[in-house]
Parts: sequence; structure tokens; C-alpha cells
Amino acid sequence: MSTLSVQDHHGVHHDEHGHEHHHDTFLTKYIFSQDHKMIAKQFLITGILMAVIAMILSILFRIQLAYPDKAFPLMETLLGRFAPEGRMDPNFYLSLVTIHGTIMVFFVLTAGLSGTFSNLLIPLQIGARDMASPFMNMLSYWLFFTASVIMLGSFFIEKGPAGPGWTIYPPLSALPKAMPGSDMGMTFWLVSMVLFVASSLMGGINYVSTVLNMRTKGMDLWKMPLTIWAFFLTAILGILAFPVLVAGVVLLIFDRSVGTSFYLSDIVLGGVPQPFEGGSPILFQHLFWFLGHPEVYIVIMPALGISSEIIATNSRKPIFGYHAMVYSLVGITVLSFIVWGHHMFVTGMNPFLGGVFMITTLIIAVPSAVKTFNYLATLWRGNIRFTPAMMFAIGLVSFFISGGLTGIYLGNAALDINLHDTYFVVAHFHLVMGSAAIFGMLAGVYHWFPKMFGRLMDEKLGYLHFWITFIGAYLVFFPMHFMGLDGVPRRYYAFTEFESFERWLSVNTFITWAAIMAAVAQVAFLFNFFYSIFFGKKAPQNPWNSNTLEWTTPVERIHGNWPGEIPTVYRWPYDYSKPGHDEDFIPQTVPYSETMSSNLPHDFENNPIGLEEHNKWTNTQRSNEEVK
Amino acid sequence: MAFKKLINSKKLLSLFAMLTLFGTQVLMAQVESTTKAAEGAPAAAANAADKPSVWAGPLYYVLLFLVVCFAVAIVGKILRVYDLTKQIQGKKPMNWNNITGILFLLFLILGLYGSYWSFTTQGAMILPSAASVHGESLDTMFYVTFGITVTVFIITQILLFGFVFQYRGSDKRKATYYPHNNAIEAAWTIAPAIVLTVLVVFGFTTWRKITNHVDAEGEKASIDIEVVGHQFAWELRYPGKDQKLGKINYKLVSGTNKVGVNFKDPHSMDDLVADTLVIPVNKSIRLNIQAQDVIHSVYMPHFRVQLNAVPGLPTFFKFTPTVTTRQMKAKEDNAKFEYLLYCNKICGGGHYNMQKVVRVVTEAEYQAWLAQQKPYLTDALKKELKFAETEQKEEKSENRLALNN
Repeated sequence: MSTLSVQDHHGVHHDEHGHEHHHDTFLTKYIFSQDHKMIAKQFLITGILMAVIAMILSILFRIQLAYPDKAFPLMETLLGRFAPEGRMDPNFYLSLVTIHGTIMVFFVLTAGLSGTFSNLLIPLQIGARDMASPFMNMLSYWLFFTASVIMLGSFFIEKGPAGPGWTIYPPLSALPKAMPGSDMGMTFWLVSMVLFVASSLMGGINYVSTVLNMRTKGMDLWKMPLTIWAFFLTAILGILAFPVLVAGVVLLIFDRSVGTSFYLSDIVLGGVPQPFEGGSPILFQHLFWFLGHPEVYIVIMPALGISSEIIATNSRKPIFGYHAMVYSLVGITVLSFIVWGHHMFVTGMNPFLGGVFMITTLIIAVPSAVKTFNYLATLWRGNIRFTPAMMFAIGLVSFFISGGLTGIYLGNAALDINLHDTYFVVAHFHLVMGSAAIFGMLAGVYHWFPKMFGRLMDEKLGYLHFWITFIGAYLVFFPMHFMGLDGVPRRYYAFTEFESFERWLSVNTFITWAAIMAAVAQVAFLFNFFYSIFFGKKAPQNPWNSNTLEWTTPVERIHGNWPGEIPTVYRWPYDYSKPGHDEDFIPQTVPYSETMSSNLPHDFENNPIGLEEHNKWTNTQRSNEEVK
Repeated sequence: MAFKKLINSKKLLSLFAMLTLFGTQVLMAQVESTTKAAEGAPAAAANAADKPSVWAGPLYYVLLFLVVCFAVAIVGKILRVYDLTKQIQGKKPMNWNNITGILFLLFLILGLYGSYWSFTTQGAMILPSAASVHGESLDTMFYVTFGITVTVFIITQILLFGFVFQYRGSDKRKATYYPHNNAIEAAWTIAPAIVLTVLVVFGFTTWRKITNHVDAEGEKASIDIEVVGHQFAWELRYPGKDQKLGKINYKLVSGTNKVGVNFKDPHSMDDLVADTLVIPVNKSIRLNIQAQDVIHSVYMPHFRVQLNAVPGLPTFFKFTPTVTTRQMKAKEDNAKFEYLLYCNKICGGGHYNMQKVVRVVTEAEYQAWLAQQKPYLTDALKKELKFAETEQKEEKSENRLALNN
């Protein structure tokens, strides 16, 4: 393989100029770094900051929902004209909802999750010195950072940030006069998203090419950990889906600024007929959801990959049905491109199309179900170690089940008629892709913190953080199902105008306090995270007795990852508790010749010479025993 | 060691008391200052007095939070000390695997109870059963889906947390090396596939039936009613004696012609406007849905009706109400009950209050009500369109309008 020789060259280069990197300036080491590990940390910390901001936004609008009639003088102090006399402005409420959604979906769960763990783990787990293109990798982070700054910057313009919901359906988003949030704030949103997509693409291309070309010797595709499979397929999804969003966004920019009518037709604004003709608002929805639906899998698949790895490691058991896990990921990847219409059952799209999308949508539930059952089978007869990472991974499985099941209602076009855009939907996606994905991310942070910072996070604080967050998330989202079943719509500024909704006020107050409790618990995480970076317990090289390659690198986290030659891989990553071996794990770098006592015929499926050796060995063992 | 613990908890208690006292004092001061301000001090002074009060409440919570943090830290230290002394005495250290395993089991039990409570208490607050023909089949489908998903939910959560508890880690045991079993995997691929196929077939046929727009043979034509959404209200239009709605064109919208009815269409002459969506029971209704500015959504949850109102894309929803408002009032035991139509697609600042009352009445009441409704073609509109003059002239003016565009 030609790329291998390139790597070797890299290795030599490193040996020769090993000291060169000590002369890194602050700027090249911490800011414009091209080291994948540093870029991963940059993504992570930016992602965490964005998550905290989006969480605070959610608490703000939760307070509005719990106390719609109360004035909070502090709100006026903090938000100024967006909360005159301490009462939140309805338009600003919609902006909060919009920016909360946008930041969480794109900036936290796409960039923060994929950006961090793909960057960190792909080179480390496949045995590469760095990404295929470190420079592009750096660019990817800085485009993401710029996008974040622009998105947050929209809070400081006169009419406030974008407000038409994170799905920005035109004409609401296309007509600056339709609402304050469609004015300058919308322009900021669109510019920010274009940069974000550029960042995502650069990242994605890098991940795919690294996985395909830079695996170490022996690391064939079927020996890759499930994390890598998940990141790899996620990156493919992103590369194919994100450009469509840019296309949609660019046409929207034209409609807003150039006077075209791609999405606009038959519009009367303020009693005056507008000159737009011939466009279709539904077109935007098709373009948006062509990305939007794969996007939810872009969010959840890395989380599933991370939890597969963590559950196997901490159950001290191979992941059950490794091949089935990979095939279901592939199945989800392919199917996710043909289900987008289930977001549009009641938009006026041709009802026959709705029927077709309903069939494809319920098919995609099958691979998801297989994954869940495989997780359960992995836990069965395991020897479970409750590290905080493991607990978050278990939480993820629980959320994935609870939220996934309600998807069966929403994927059914007929049932969706009454559930569409209600709190039932809010409950569904916050559990299945919100909570589940954020739990995957937190699990990953706890698990690979030693690989990022060389120190361990505090376990007890991790437990505390887990329990409050886990319980809090269920308390917040479980009651929302019933609100949805009562026909309570999402994105309502207040429920005071409807007498029939007033009985939900106590539930809303309860949800808000549960959310505040869960939000406060994140302080335990933030403290644990930042404190441990500097003062945490020093980590050993392989703190979790894990099999994968990243734990063979030195704790010092050098540029180039391995000081000498990149290790060779001999076996799959899930040889935990193999009978006949004295320890309960066998790293991927241990050849079968060193573990004769634990080898199984199954290990030599495509290796006739190995199988012969294995049979010879078992025969001698047997004859020896007979002699005895 | 117990002594040490006592000191710790005393410290904690006194600190807590101190902070609470301080907090209440701050709050009291705030109350005092605001009451003073209310008692007739000049406005400027009131403003000045208000300023510190903005922060006092939140500051109290911040202090409370710090106390909680402190308490957590102390509990953590106590646990640490307890654990270490145990080890010094030669006993086994705290087994966190056991503790966590038990907590997970506890979570399972409480969680299942909590879901049960939620299903019964909050589940009782959901919409009453459907008040339309197609809604009844949707309800059946909903409960079938509910039965399946809740069973799966309970079984899988019990398995998940049950396994987590049962197989919590121990040094004495090794996990079972069990990487795969093709038969089991095939079984649990096929089982959900079969269940989902049933649901798909059921759902697909129901969906096709609901969205099927062809009137069945011999069926009386549906009553056409037009709903036009704009920021932030709905406009209703009923056909007149000819049972047909006149065509509309957004270019004709003006202050008097709110939805832009085209009066070149003879059907439009006798159209009626209404404030309330009154519909006769057991008659097929065809809602013709339009939007003028942004996307809205016609949502009538009691009838299981929802369809977006999209500018430039006229749509419709056909349904047959089965329960009158009066019957529903009796059924719900709520004299104030009204069916509602409200917007369910984000449409701007007034989105949260864009509703119309829907009233289902008997045929006789419907005819009586209809007879009282005002024509769409008001005198002001006639004047604007210069109806007194000849037909030809009007046509000309419309042509000019078109040319201007």
C-alpha cells in the first residue's frame, strides 16, 4: 500500500526531528495547531462552551413557560430590550428556541461530538500518526469557531437573533418583515451555517480519507473498533447530505436579498400583495430535510459507536454481534437518505409520497432495534464496571429505547396528523437524539479524558453528575409526551391564551424545575472537567484495561502518537474475558502466537496457516494430557 | 471518626443557617425597599430603590447553590474518610459496583412506578376520544401502537437495568465470552420487522383512506369551507346558495377584500363570511386551506385534523365530525368546553394566540346559523369594485391591474 510508505516516511521524519516540536510556540501548539489531538480538544472545549450557552438559553425559555405571568426584573437587566419590564418578548422567545436548537444540533452534537471524537480517535484507533490532511483539519476547526462566533454574535444586533425555528422554513425566514428574527439575525444564521457546513465537509473528507488510507498494518476494515465504523459512516453521511443544505441556504439567501422567488409565491404582507411568483415553500423543506434527517443520524451514530466501545470495555465482554452492529450502521446510513419526507407528512406534500416515506421510515427502525438488542446481549453475563463513562453509556441505551419507541408513532403518517409539531415530537427527539447523543458525548469525555489530558476525572463527581442528569432528563421529557397527546403545540410563547392548556401549567413548572436541577448538575461536570485537566489524578497508560490501539500510546501524548514504529494489529478489538487467557483483555497488538491457550478456531476464519498451527497446538495439548 | 463527622455536619449546619439568615435579610430588605417605593416616593427614587432588588433574589439562589456545593463536597469528604478508616481497620473498601448496581435497580423500580403514575395521572389529561369518523380509526391505531411500544418499553428497560444490576462487576467472576449467535440475531431482526410491517400496512391503508379526496359514488358532496391563515388570525368563508366557493387570487387582496375573492367568478357573489367555524354534525366537511404570508397550520386536535396552510399551495382536508359541541360539553363535564382550531406551525410573534372556535351543531341549527351570516360582498367592497357601473368596465380595470403587474 503506497500510503503505508508515506506513513513510514513520517515516522522517520519524526525520529530525526523529534526535538523540533519542543520549539512550538504557544500559537502553533495551542491555537493554530495541526495536531489532531489538540484540534479534538479545541472542538471539545468549544463544544462544551456552546452547550452551556444553549443550555442557559433553554433555561431562560423554560422559565418563561413556567411563569408566563410573572415579571423577572433580572431578565430586563440581563436581556435589556428583549425582556421589557422583566417579561420576555414573544419574538425573543422564538429566537431563544431557534438558537437553542441550532446550537445543540449543529454546534454541540455535530461539531462538538464528531469533531472531538473523530479527530481524537480515528488516528489513535486505526494507528495513524495524524489525519490525512492536518492543515485542512485545522481549517475545519477555525471555520467552526468563526461560525460559532457569528451565531452568538447575532445576539448583539438590534432585532435579535434568528427566530423562525431551527428549521428556518420560508417564507417566515425569507421575509425580513415577517418577524424581527427574520431580519439581520437570519442573515447571520445563514452565513454562520454556510461556514459551519464548510467546516463539516473538511472534517468529513479528512475522516473518510484517513480511515480508508492510513490504517496501520493488519488493521483491516473488520478489525476496526465500532467507534471508527460509526465515525466513518457518519462522515460519509455528512459529506453527502450537508452540501444539499448549503444549496437550500444559498437559494434562501437569494430570495432574501436578490429578489428571486425560489421558495416564495402568492404572498400578501401587511395587506400588500408581494411580487413573488412561482416558488414553492415545500421545496425548501425537501432540501432542508434531505440534510435534516441524515443529520439526526450524524448526531446519534457517533454516540452509538462510542457507547458500543465503552459498553464492551466495561462489561469486560466482546460486543455482541459485531458484524450485525456494523451492518445495522450501514443500513441506517443508506436508509437515512430516503426517509426525510416523514418530517413533511402534513405540509401539503402529495399524500402518496407521505405513504412511501412512512414505509421507509418504519424500515429504518429495524437496524435501530437490532442495535438495542445487541447492547442488551452485551450486558448479559458481563462483569460490569461502573465507571462514569459506562453509566452514561447505559443511560444512552435507556434513552435510545424510550425515545426510539415514540418514533414508531411519529413515523406513521396517519398518527402523525395529530402529533405533528406538538410536545410529543419535542419529547421524542430530545430523548432519542438530544439526551442519548449528549450522553454518548459525556460518556466519551469521561472515557477518553485520560487520552486527551493524561489525567483522570473524579469518579464520585461523575456519579453525582450522571444520576442528577439522568433522572432530570427523564423528568423533563417524559411528561411532555402527554402534553403532546393533549394537542399542546411546540414553540408557543405562553399557554395563557387557551383555557384548556391551563391545567398543564403545573406540569410546565415541574418540568422547568427539573430542567434547572439538571442544568445545575452540569456544574459538577464542568468543575470536574476543568479541575481535572490541571489537578486530576495522573492516568496510567491503559486505565480501563482496554484493547484498542489508543491505549498503546504513551501518556505524554506526543505529536505523531507513537514514539517508535506504529504497532501492528493482529486481532479484533473485543477480545475481553477470552477463556483460557489469564487476563480479561487481550490488546489488538498481541499476536495469536502469544495467546495459544485462548485461541479459538473461529479466530482463523480467513487464515488457513494459522488454523493449521492452531490445530497442531491443540492436538499436542491433547496428547500431552493423555500422556499424563 | 464519628466525632469528626459531627464537627463537619455542625460546621455545615451553622454555615447553612448563616447563609439562610443572610439571604432572608437581603430579601426582606428588598421587600421593604419596594414597599417604600410603592408608598408614594417619587419615581426616580423608586427606580433607584429597585436596582439592588434586581440582584437580591438571584443572589440568594446563588448562595443557596454554593451551600449545596459545600454540602456535596463535605459529604464526599466524609465518604472518603469513612472508606479510608474502613480500609485501615482491615475491612474491605466501599464497593461502588454494588452501590451503583443497587441504585440502577432502584431507578428501574421507581422509574417503572413513575411511568405508571404518569400514564394514569397525566395520561388522563390527554385529548378525549376522536370526534370525527377518521379520527376513530386513528385512535384504534394509536392504542394498538401504544400496546406494542409500551410492552417493548417495559421489557427492554427491565432487561437493561436488570442485567446491569445482575451482572455488576466483581473480582471473583469473569464475563462470559459470547461474541455472537446468528440465530438469535436473525430472530431479533425478523421479529421487529414483522411487527413493523403490520403497523405499516395498517397505517398506510388508514392514511390513504384519510387523504383520499375522491367523493365516493352516491355520497353527497362535502360542504366546502375556506380557511385562510395570515399573521395572526384565520379568515373563514362559506359558500352561498350555489354551494360553491368563488375563486381567490392573492393579487386582489385589499383592506376590504381580505382574502382576495375574484368577483369575475359568478360563484363568489353569494359567499358568506363567518367568525366561528360552525359545522353540522355527521356531514362531510372539506376545509380548503390557504395562507397569505407565511406557513401556518390548521390544527383541530379533537377531530384529529391537521394540515399546513402554505402560501401558493392550496390544500384541503376532508373530515366528518361525529360529536356536537353540546354532547362534548356533557361528555367532558365542562360547560365551557369548545372545539378549537389553532395554528401549529411557527409563524411569528403572535403564533401562540391564533385560534378560532369550532362549533359542531345539528343540521337544523347549522342552517339557522348560516342564514344569519353576512355576505362577503359588502357595500364597501361593491363600491371599491364599482359594481354600479357596467360589467365590461370592471373587466377592463381588472385587465389593467394584471398588466400593471
